[in-house]
Amino acid sequence: MNLTLKIWRQNGPADRGRMVTYRVEDVSPDMSFLEMLDVLNERLILEGDDPVAFDHDCREGICGMCGMVINGVAHGEQRATTTCQLHMRHFEDGAVVTIEPWRAAPFPVVKDLVVDRSSFDRIIQAGGFISVPAGSAPDAHAIPVPKDDADAAFDAATCIGCGACVAACPNGSASLFTAAKITHLSLLPQGQPERASRAKAMVEQMDAEGFGGCTNTGECTAVCPKGIPLDTIARMNAEFLKASSK
Amino acid sequence: MKDNVNYTVGEPIRDTKAPEGPIEDRWDTRRFQAKLVNPANKRKLTVIVVGTGLAGGSAAATLGELGYKVKSFCYQDSPRRAHSIAAQGGINAAKNYRGDGDSVYRLFYDTVKGGDFRARESNVYRLAQVSVNIIDQAVAQGVPFAREYGGLLDTRSFGGAQVSRTFYARGQTGQQLLLGAYSALERQIAAGTVEMHTRHEMLELVVSGGRARGVVVRDMVTGEIETHLADAVVLATGGYGNVFFLSTNAKGCNTTAIWRAHRRGALFANPCFTQIHPTCIPVSGDYQSKLTLMSESLRNDGRVWVPARGGDDRRPADIPEGERDYYLERIYPAFGNLVPRDIASRAAKNVCDEGRGVGPGGLGVYLDFADAIGRLGRDAVEKKYGNLFEMYERITGENPYETPMRIYPAVHYTMGGLWVDYDLQSTIPGLFVIGEANFSDHGANRLGASALMQGLADGYFVLPTTLGDYLAGAGGFGEVDEKAVAEAEITVREKIEKLLCVNGTRTADSYHRELGRLMWDYCGMERTDESLRKALQRIPELREEFWNNVKVPGDGEGLNQALERAGRVADFFDLAELMCIDALHRTESCGGHFRAESQDADGEALRDDEHFAYVAAWEWGPDGPVLHKEDLNYDYVKMTQRSYK
Repeated sequence: MNLTLKIWRQNGPADRGRMVTYRVEDVSPDMSFLEMLDVLNERLILEGDDPVAFDHDCREGICGMCGMVINGVAHGEQRATTTCQLHMRHFEDGAVVTIEPWRAAPFPVVKDLVVDRSSFDRIIQAGGFISVPAGSAPDAHAIPVPKDDADAAFDAATCIGCGACVAACPNGSASLFTAAKITHLSLLPQGQPERASRAKAMVEQMDAEGFGGCTNTGECTAVCPKGIPLDTIARMNAEFLKASSK
Repeated sequence: MKDNVNYTVGEPIRDTKAPEGPIEDRWDTRRFQAKLVNPANKRKLTVIVVGTGLAGGSAAATLGELGYKVKSFCYQDSPRRAHSIAAQGGINAAKNYRGDGDSVYRLFYDTVKGGDFRARESNVYRLAQVSVNIIDQAVAQGVPFAREYGGLLDTRSFGGAQVSRTFYARGQTGQQLLLGAYSALERQIAAGTVEMHTRHEMLELVVSGGRARGVVVRDMVTGEIETHLADAVVLATGGYGNVFFLSTNAKGCNTTAIWRAHRRGALFANPCFTQIHPTCIPVSGDYQSKLTLMSESLRNDGRVWVPARGGDDRRPADIPEGERDYYLERIYPAFGNLVPRDIASRAAKNVCDEGRGVGPGGLGVYLDFADAIGRLGRDAVEKKYGNLFEMYERITGENPYETPMRIYPAVHYTMGGLWVDYDLQSTIPGLFVIGEANFSDHGANRLGASALMQGLADGYFVLPTTLGDYLAGAGGFGEVDEKAVAEAEITVREKIEKLLCVNGTRTADSYHRELGRLMWDYCGMERTDESLRKALQRIPELREEFWNNVKVPGDGEGLNQALERAGRVADFFDLAELMCIDALHRTESCGGHFRAESQDADGEALRDDEHFAYVAAWEWGPDGPVLHKEDLNYDYVKMTQRSYK
């Protein structure tokens, strides 16, 4: 099949950026979206053009490095999918596809579709951990964890930190990302000692990075490749309130 | 054909760090003997850790906790993205929580045997000992392992073992363990003990006064070449499976860091030992950029089969039981579908070579869950493997609940790597190598769920002790020679300049693809004297063409992903050559290394312990590599021909 791509090109944070149109031909329906871009880039290199910069690594939907807004939707219209796991069989022959980077002030564009997500790392630095130096842990069976709690913690812990939630949110909020970590650790007995300080520090860091507030629009969970549920945000707010009132 | 194989044999090499005495006491002895660094001095010592996967992430975090000044580097935009994150199935530990007869000794035994007697006993025993601490550490960090209704940890079986010792977090065990290590690392970054450099790629090692004293890196955003100095350097940069272009590795995985260290004097051990994983999604077209693994844990409940006769192109559901060949169950009744990876891979290749393969090009076999769904119900199967089934459907467009998966072997892991002693130190003093980047624990074949175990054992528990011994012992290594730094930087700049200047007619990726295809055909699942000699003739030709005809767009200033790739491909060429030389010189079959000339009457790998019970450690030499042999002695596990029948 043949496609028309409209891709955001921006040669660095200071550049204004613009949409550029490219034609790609003979796209196989079994290709992944990134493989389709690989084919375009190989051609651009040979034609002496600058290939499109985009982040990617594992290409199996787990590292969280890839991410583009495709036809206005973070990671594309297919639900619960990262860009690398989106395949061309979901597109129609002759379609026009727009491709843009995540857009949010705390995610400045590095080049083209590559953005700087180090703000996420700083939110984790603020408290997204359990303080347990190597070698100091008790036997793993010392504290049983009810299966339901472990499973719920796991569901929240599957966040891959891709940033689609921020890109999709009209407020540019990082609430789903932050809430996923707070939920994961607050559900486990091991996470209790730092429960209050963690919630407070992480939420404050999220605000300090310039992410917007949550107004429950739910766009984040709709595009989340791992389907992190919206109620984690309610839990985060409760944890934060409890911690702040202490 | 002319003899194009050029290597010489040098002095033997020996691990001098493993203590003598009963194997169960050796790690305790080493830990007690290891010199300590007092806390005030730790603050003055800088350690560079390259790579932030399970090994590098856990090492950097732990060294930070101990009080060293740590500088950590990764090429991704965050340390959380390292490819350990993609490990699916689980992590082994000799906890014996099931009471099914497991023990440290049994895990040790299984790993030595699974590695086909090409790993060091001392190292493997320590790995088995430390395995139990890893689970404790991970649980304390909040890693949400699968649990049973009583609240205790669940386990499952994996290939090459008859006990249930694999701990898991659905099909995302690597992700959860890595996020544990990442959270510990971020905690240390916040505490100021670790200085993190993301989007930085190591391109050269600085050796001064005979010691590893720093690295030259490229800031991938600004293009700036920077030198960072330290008292010791730790490489945790993973494996080199991407030499095959198509593998289950992440696109960015590369050999450059360890290859540059090799060029600076670190020996490279057993480069030909690569693991071909039996359960991957088959190739679908020429544009394919990577292969996706389907966890080995699927072989717990899935049954592998092909049509009994070749050319049977009926839909799988239309082929009656009697006309199917469940070949693993037939040939290996004791282990059935759970034979080790190398055996399962080769068996798949054999049935496809017989013309009984399924799917496009006949390069696939079925992995069928119909029995499991019938026995356990669809819900139970979904709970265990839901995410894997989803991933399969996403990639292939087929629903594995209704039709069997199609799978085929793919390059997955490299057992070879930089040679290290018991302390995980390479032949360059002060250069330590951990995780998949070293060669140490898996011999000629790694068992499933052992990579996560080794990465974390090295990073959390082994390296922090042995590195301290090195740093305490030398008492200040003095100033780094400015000439050494300048020389390393020039090497980096010249290579970048050279790549940018060629301005030829083919992309780096197209050369990489061709090199990979050549390696897969000639140095893949089955190797022969003839195929390897062909490869050794073709690789230098292709390399020369690359250096004369590659086209790298843009310049070295700023983000240039094509330049990054070209630099990695250049090093893959050199590594590929060494792999083929190693594979050619080892005329026996063992583990993942199958030489067609060395097989028994049943077509199983035939080892030659008399001539090859050694580690092949290669030194870089201007006139071809120099082979140093480390003899392997088995005092505990009797060397036998592996049998899983």
